Amino acid sequence: MKVDLADVEEVAKELYRRALKRLPPDVERGIETLAAAETHPGARRVLATLVENIRVAQATDNLLCQDTGIPIYRVRIGRRVEVDGPGLAAAIRRGCARSTREYAFRSSIVHPITRANEQTSCGPRVPVIEFDFTEREEELEIEMIPKGSGSENNSWLKMAVPADGVEAIKTFVVDCVLEAGPKTCPPTIVGVGVGGTADLCVHLAKVAATRALGTRCEDPEGARLEEDLTRAVNRLGIGPQGLGGDATAFAVHVELAATHITMNPVAVNMQCHSARRARAVLRPGGVEYGF
Amino acid sequence: MAHRVLAPPVDQAQVRALRVGDTVTLEGTLYGIRDATLIHLFDRGRATRFDLAGHAVLHTAPNVRRVEKSAAHPAGYVPVCIGTTTSDRMERFTRPLMTRYGVRLIVGKGGLREGSAAAFRELGGAYLAVVGGAAALETTWIEAIEDVDMDDLHPESLWKFRVRGFGPLLVAMDSRGASLYADVKAAAAARRAEVLAGLGIRAK
Repeated sequence: MKVDLADVEEVAKELYRRALKRLPPDVERGIETLAAAETHPGARRVLATLVENIRVAQATDNLLCQDTGIPIYRVRIGRRVEVDGPGLAAAIRRGCARSTREYAFRSSIVHPITRANEQTSCGPRVPVIEFDFTEREEELEIEMIPKGSGSENNSWLKMAVPADGVEAIKTFVVDCVLEAGPKTCPPTIVGVGVGGTADLCVHLAKVAATRALGTRCEDPEGARLEEDLTRAVNRLGIGPQGLGGDATAFAVHVELAATHITMNPVAVNMQCHSARRARAVLRPGGVEYGF
Repeated sequence: MAHRVLAPPVDQAQVRALRVGDTVTLEGTLYGIRDATLIHLFDRGRATRFDLAGHAVLHTAPNVRRVEKSAAHPAGYVPVCIGTTTSDRMERFTRPLMTRYGVRLIVGKGGLREGSAAAFRELGGAYLAVVGGAAALETTWIEAIEDVDMDDLHPESLWKFRVRGFGPLLVAMDSRGASLYADVKAAAAARRAEVLAGLGIRAK
């Protein structure tokens, strides 16, 4: 399969629009599940507003949240895919900028020093474009995440040491959720990276925060940590919007990597309740959109 | 727990009557501000031609479409999606907004800290909480973009919105120094040891 870069540009443009407008079904269900279980009256009102917002966004064909985020594109290339790599990245960038201009999305991206906004959602190294591979043969998958800043601003890395044990990881996650409090637009997905190098650890936290609800860490120890921490953070009483209640987090998600004998790193990256993502798979027969 | 409809500008007595737990719906004028707007106003010596005295300001930066100026769109912008951003980053600007510009109400999400609570107490102000991330709904409360200043900072310009039925908003910080955020934060911190114990950890 040879990839047509014009298709990629269209897909990159369309994915940004879809991600901003339509919440994945697992997240929508997640909000409804929390609303059904919530005991705090104020929190029930907040969760009902989130449900109403999803309905209004659909009815008015509008964005769910005004934060267009930092655009992230994750590309996974199949075994029998032939593609011009640099051309692919450029096509994604063009699609992202066109989406911003043509749909009048707010460009939330500025140069980090001059703070100049190019009004294209692009800038040095943004959109973030990640490349990986898939076992599938003739498929090119692109996942788009508009990562909101309210949650992204609540990100932490701790280079704990082996003597601190797994207790340091657990304590750190609880303390990060306390520190984030109302700022991340809870209920959140608490993304936790464990192990690796410093940068891999933070990356894993982002992968965990943007994973679909209902999925589990593939490593059994990681999955156990997810269960324990999900229960724990939901006993803090921070609640939706940090105004008190049961629903502090949909879930704590963990992704892990092996690490050095002297290291015990843990990172946290938060995802707000508007856990937006969109996906496209390009095959010889055409493009299929999903979440 | 009272519900009030306020059409700014409001006076100090109207704001001092608000209590945490009350709800407010805003009618008429609402100004939109953001990080860059405030940095330029208070750190870089710029000024706005708008009179913010007695008004409410919303922590926002909207999605807008540029159009020809008309009676319906006097600023040349149509609202696309207007929501609320995290207030905490703009904590240090609450007091100068009140002392220099006479702002009475801050509309945001996620709350402000002790410095703002003190400013509300001393000067007569309150914080009204929107449900963050519910911007599609919030946009339906905006009738028009009436004017815009400091638009070189776009989208972090100083926006003048005309709103109808903007709310209900929750009074989350009031002029007596009460703050729902501070209450929830203290209660959560008090549960920390118990939550860690549930994970088999003795809290330090």
